[in-house]
Amino acid sequence: MSYPPQPSAPAPGAPPVPGAAPGRFPGAGPGLAPPPGAPAGGGYSSPIPIVRTHLGHAFASEWTKIRSVRSTMWTLGIMLVLVVGVGFLIALAMATDDWVGAPLLSGGLFGLMLGQICIVTLGVLVITSEYGTGMIRTTLTASPQRWRVLAAKAVVFFVLAFVLTTAACAITALIHSSVLSGQTVPEYEAGDPMFKDSVSDSGELIATGGQWFDATVGAALYVSLLGLLALAVGAILRHSAGAITTMVGFILLPLIIALFMQAESLRDVQRKLIEYSPLSGLASLFGIPFFDDADMGGWGLLGMLAAVTGGMLLLAFALLSKRDV
Amino acid sequence: MIEAQGLTKTYGGKTAVYNLSFTVQPGVITGFVGPNGAGKSTTMRMILGLDEPTGGTVTVGGHPYRRLPNAPRQVGALLDAKAVHGGRSARNHLRCVAQLSGIPQRRVDEVLDVVGLREVAGRRSKGFSLGMGQRLGIAGALLGDPQILLFDEPVNGLDPEGILWIRNLMKKLASEGRTIFVSSHLMSEMAVTADHLIVIGRGQLMADMSVRDFINTHSASYARVRVPDGEQAAREKLSAALTEQGAHVQPEDDGALRVGGMPLPRISDLAHDAGIRLWELSPHEASLEEAYMRMTQGAVDYRSTADHRAGLQQAGPVPPQGYAAPGPGYAPPMGAPGMPPAGPGVPQPGPGVPGMPPPGVQPGYAPPPPQGYAPPPPPAAPQAPAGAAAPAPREGETRR
Repeated sequence: MSYPPQPSAPAPGAPPVPGAAPGRFPGAGPGLAPPPGAPAGGGYSSPIPIVRTHLGHAFASEWTKIRSVRSTMWTLGIMLVLVVGVGFLIALAMATDDWVGAPLLSGGLFGLMLGQICIVTLGVLVITSEYGTGMIRTTLTASPQRWRVLAAKAVVFFVLAFVLTTAACAITALIHSSVLSGQTVPEYEAGDPMFKDSVSDSGELIATGGQWFDATVGAALYVSLLGLLALAVGAILRHSAGAITTMVGFILLPLIIALFMQAESLRDVQRKLIEYSPLSGLASLFGIPFFDDADMGGWGLLGMLAAVTGGMLLLAFALLSKRDV
Repeated sequence: MIEAQGLTKTYGGKTAVYNLSFTVQPGVITGFVGPNGAGKSTTMRMILGLDEPTGGTVTVGGHPYRRLPNAPRQVGALLDAKAVHGGRSARNHLRCVAQLSGIPQRRVDEVLDVVGLREVAGRRSKGFSLGMGQRLGIAGALLGDPQILLFDEPVNGLDPEGILWIRNLMKKLASEGRTIFVSSHLMSEMAVTADHLIVIGRGQLMADMSVRDFINTHSASYARVRVPDGEQAAREKLSAALTEQGAHVQPEDDGALRVGGMPLPRISDLAHDAGIRLWELSPHEASLEEAYMRMTQGAVDYRSTADHRAGLQQAGPVPPQGYAAPGPGYAPPMGAPGMPPAGPGVPQPGPGVPGMPPPGVQPGYAPPPPQGYAPPPPPAAPQAPAGAAAPAPREGETRR
């Protein structure tokens, strides 16, 4: 077999290509031509059946990935310990008082505020660890359908984060419910909007089904969305430290900035910053909103977070398909 | 089969690959050789769809890589050994890659056996040596049992036994009819491994020929012939006579002639027939490595400081270059014994090939230094300073 002359021998205006003489290599070896009828790509066909790949394969792959690294165990383990442990300590601390002045399940917020950092960290690491190690090149070579990889990462991470956070929140809520139930709401507080619907006929503090739902599924959804946003930010920035810092700033900075906006003229800005800070939505879901007369409840803020997350994910998809790896 | 057409890649202002066209055939090992920074890895990444070419196209089995329905089953690649998450065990790494393309899990253990990592499959790859990392990367490339394999510097970090192993592995894979495309900066390694060579320097194609041709062309023995000083007419007469008889003659800068493709006695006979005295007729040998170094010397990205010193020399007319100092990066296309000088294989410089003057005009066989091998302005303008400064120093440095 002799190599065909290069069809693209220097085009007019091309630089010299010394030595690249077209069609002068007869020595490539006879008898090495692909067997007749071989597939167009070459002369070898594998005995292993070739399947048509789909998103399911990417799910399986990402599931293997996420559970085969220690950072997953660490971040999720610490999250569980923080949410349940801090929740338990708060329950113990509050159990000594006759009346704590807060909704029954609200004590879960503090542990989750810390635990959400773990979820955010894992969300970032799911994607940036691939960039940091170079694994992304292996991954995208194995799946040139790049969107599939990011979609699978997002879904696998989100489901895992949601399930575990829900579990952690549920355990915490159960602890609070069992330790703190039976408190009697004082007369002067019974009319407070914070305790609307959560005072039983006998005057005891209870948690309604809606409150249970908000403090477990709602809160877990909120935190998982934050994690998903972190994953999107990680995919955009492609750098672990940068993405984690960005996310922590996103969560904490609105409140910190608001702290220094004490001037009267800035009151409105300050209030908006607090009201729409990521922590505000979480607090609302636990029944202790930052403002009683807020424009939006916990679910409204959760919807906003979902919209922001969706937007960032779209940007991440667009950049991933376009950028060099 | 891999086909690149006018492949160009620019990062910011730097041109990494320029107008690269080649075809990689199945059934043979194609070596992809060039100095560090020549654009080998960039080209590999473009083949694999990781980097988008700025210009041109590259297809694998007739399709752009990113359009392949199940890429790992058609193309396997070892990019860099450490393209793995160090916190994952070797087996889990291969498992998640296999799952992406629906490869059965037992295949993971098969490839672990092939590369000899079965014993350490449960260990986190962070603790692997460079050689083990290479083996893991090769295992990943073999996972899909693909018909096309790309290896980027596979022998890096391997011990001699490992080098022999990968060499034999590639030969076996090629003998099964697969397309093997392997890059290296070591010509000596490629000379014993590859069947076909694609040589690039600073992102441009410098040679595309079989290893046998490359050896024939570049490690050819040649004769140095010198007529008495001052007998210019005799020199030209002898040169013409030798060329007429099929020898390849190039003038050297000390007035001697470099004659290839003709045994010494025959040269002597021809000189005698023409009535020309000879002051010198001596045999010489150029090695493959030397040929490669010479070919790519103008294309080395990371130069020593010796160049800068010489860059201050005044730029005067450059004397014709001798054999030892051909133009920067110029691949001597001639001198192949048995190859007709004007045959179809020799580049026919046309009007569209700047920097390669027609043979008749050329004093030596070096191209005009200022042109060098740097690409002509428009696409490679950012490189111009380096290209313009480099040739002169090189001449000064290597001139005898």
